[in-house]
Amino acid sequence: MPEYEPIVGRYFTMEVAGEAVRIYVEEAGEGVPLVCLHTAGSDGRQFRHLMCDPGVTDHFRVIAFDLPWHGKSNPPVGWEDREYELTTDLYKQTIRAFCAAMDLDRPAIMGCSMGGRIVMHLALDHPDEFRAAIALEGADRMAGFYGLDWLHRPDINGGEIAAAFVSGQVAPQSPDEYRWETLWGYMQGGPSVFKGDLHFYWVDGHFDDRSSSIDTSRCPVYLLSGEYDCSCTPERMLATADRIKGSKATVMPSMGHFPMAENPAEFRRHILPVLDEVRDQGA
Amino acid sequence: MIEMLSERVNGNADLVRRGRYVSLTFLWGLGDDDYLVDIRDGRVEGVAKRTLAMETGHFTVRATADVWEEFWQPMPKRDHHDFFSMLSAGIAQVDGDLLPLMQNLRYFKDVLASLRKRN
Repeated sequence: MPEYEPIVGRYFTMEVAGEAVRIYVEEAGEGVPLVCLHTAGSDGRQFRHLMCDPGVTDHFRVIAFDLPWHGKSNPPVGWEDREYELTTDLYKQTIRAFCAAMDLDRPAIMGCSMGGRIVMHLALDHPDEFRAAIALEGADRMAGFYGLDWLHRPDINGGEIAAAFVSGQVAPQSPDEYRWETLWGYMQGGPSVFKGDLHFYWVDGHFDDRSSSIDTSRCPVYLLSGEYDCSCTPERMLATADRIKGSKATVMPSMGHFPMAENPAEFRRHILPVLDEVRDQGA
Repeated sequence: MIEMLSERVNGNADLVRRGRYVSLTFLWGLGDDDYLVDIRDGRVEGVAKRTLAMETGHFTVRATADVWEEFWQPMPKRDHHDFFSMLSAGIAQVDGDLLPLMQNLRYFKDVLASLRKRN
């Protein structure tokens, strides 16, 4: 027998916005449910290191699913005639449908990049459904710096441009093996999916006018951002944390935009204390 | 530094292979000086300081000499570690016909970074 990793993957179909979508989910560990949300244009494999870390899985049931259109989850039937575009409402509905389908009891929720943005929306709108929100590289106000149309046109390879756009978001200190694995995930995205995700990340998901209403006594909020992240910069993350009373912010030195994927050994030094706190709150 | 560009690019067979469909001239602005970088089939065929106002390239990349100097450090500071990070931070500019740049973005980022100092 091979030496299997502890990660187990399965498929199921759930309904989102009136449509059936076939979802791929991976999980490992036992304990407090911890739902993990991947970055724009990628998939749940980004959390594989966390799922193989007994320091996490001894206490948490770590669950990462691929959003519809991403990874091994399918787009809805009829996708071929649509342009994919992720909105705040659709993203929230998808995550809540997933948690309901999995019958999770007040999971902690952690997301990166666009996932980091949406967990704060969930803390604002559904604080009693989640025991904590952990925003990696997430902010309530973002500023785009490139045109999204470059990401989906027939004279440019969509996978290669997506990876080349985000390659500078990986910190130079991160190990090459994980840098390139992270970028491989971007190269494998379906046409227009990264672009469609960035609609939420850069256009639709701003809520700096409402983020101060998050009640961290009902749903604690943690924000962590990498020093080398030039999209959700430490400054944008800290400005968000300033607006969310009671939130806890950490700047991770020598880290980029994909902490759990690009430098797992360094990331665990920052995330384990946060997870300990989340666990203690539930006790 | 830029005088080493041909050697650094052409001596990297993988980089040349990734750029094998690139044949064009681009303009590289380093502080007060502009250079015309002539590329054929992924190889740097020439680097010449711009002397005439009408000499130009398909596209231009530009930053101050200090920014490029930091970009070429073995471990650059944040915002200086990648050309797109420099654009995001507002410390570099790009102009012209960006299509060939975007079609070969990894290649061109690597060409710019090929002058990075080695430990």
